[in-house]
Amino acid sequence: MKVEVRVYPREGVLDPQGKAIAAALGRLGHSGVRDVRAGKVFFIEIAGSDAKAIEADAKKMAEELLANTTIEGFDIRVVA
Amino acid sequence: MKFGIVVFPGSNCDEDCYHVAKDLLGCEADYIWHHDRDLKGADAVILPGGFAYGDYLRAGALARFSPVMESVAEFAKKGGAVLGICNGFQVLLEAGLLPGAMQINRGLRYVCRDVHMKVENDATPFTALYPKGSVVKMPIGHMEGNYTAPPDVLGALEREGRVVFRYCDAEGRVVDSANPNGSTAGIAGICNREGNVVGLMPHPDRCSESLLGNDAGIKMFESAVAALAAR
Repeated sequence: MKVEVRVYPREGVLDPQGKAIAAALGRLGHSGVRDVRAGKVFFIEIAGSDAKAIEADAKKMAEELLANTTIEGFDIRVVA
Repeated sequence: MKFGIVVFPGSNCDEDCYHVAKDLLGCEADYIWHHDRDLKGADAVILPGGFAYGDYLRAGALARFSPVMESVAEFAKKGGAVLGICNGFQVLLEAGLLPGAMQINRGLRYVCRDVHMKVENDATPFTALYPKGSVVKMPIGHMEGNYTAPPDVLGALEREGRVVFRYCDAEGRVVDSANPNGSTAGIAGICNREGNVVGLMPHPDRCSESLLGNDAGIKMFESAVAALAAR
């Protein structure tokens, strides 16, 4: 099955990349941009068909490696 | 006195550390490959600078899973002296041997220059020979040195005197303009609660002999020799 894990800076954690992107968008004329936070997406294929078990597995991966939970949050979407 | 220098794929300051320990201090020194679990009887372990595992995912994130890190954690738990320099500091954070995390520098650029730091803790095995409150100049070279931690952790670090080095200007003033990367409270280096594990972003290994124009870093290594001899 396919899983997407999104990893992003936690709310309240300063995100220098997001800030720089927001400033650049403003300079390009996108004056309505209030805030940007920049993260990563991992597209993972996992063997098996039990969506619940796969989601639990992906959660473990995120906690162990994909995210640094001191500064990053994550969410998981089982795609198909 | 023997220094063990861990070598990850992508470490690039391992030879600098070896040179300081062996050639400048006349100590025993040995490289420890990251796949090994044997610390070869080292009295102090150094995690050197570089780009372990290419800094893929996050700096230090993959290196923490190297077999050697289990031995380093065990060594640290028993009170062994561990020093993480730059990338080595990032590895210690990812491994949970020191608290907090690194973010990309606030300027979003790699910063390579000399900085000043104030020595705030002279009780660690790597800072014993620096007078507390003194200002030392060392070079930095990093992209992710913007230290951050949850408020309770930052509070504990300050309360327990575990901020070892803090960025300052040449006169020792801790001001934002002297902070090269946006690090919280100007933190350049910290230690664990017991004080035996120390991490810092600046490079003492790159300023340990007058030939290089600065020998301020040698005291970190000399401190370890003195501290371990006294044990």
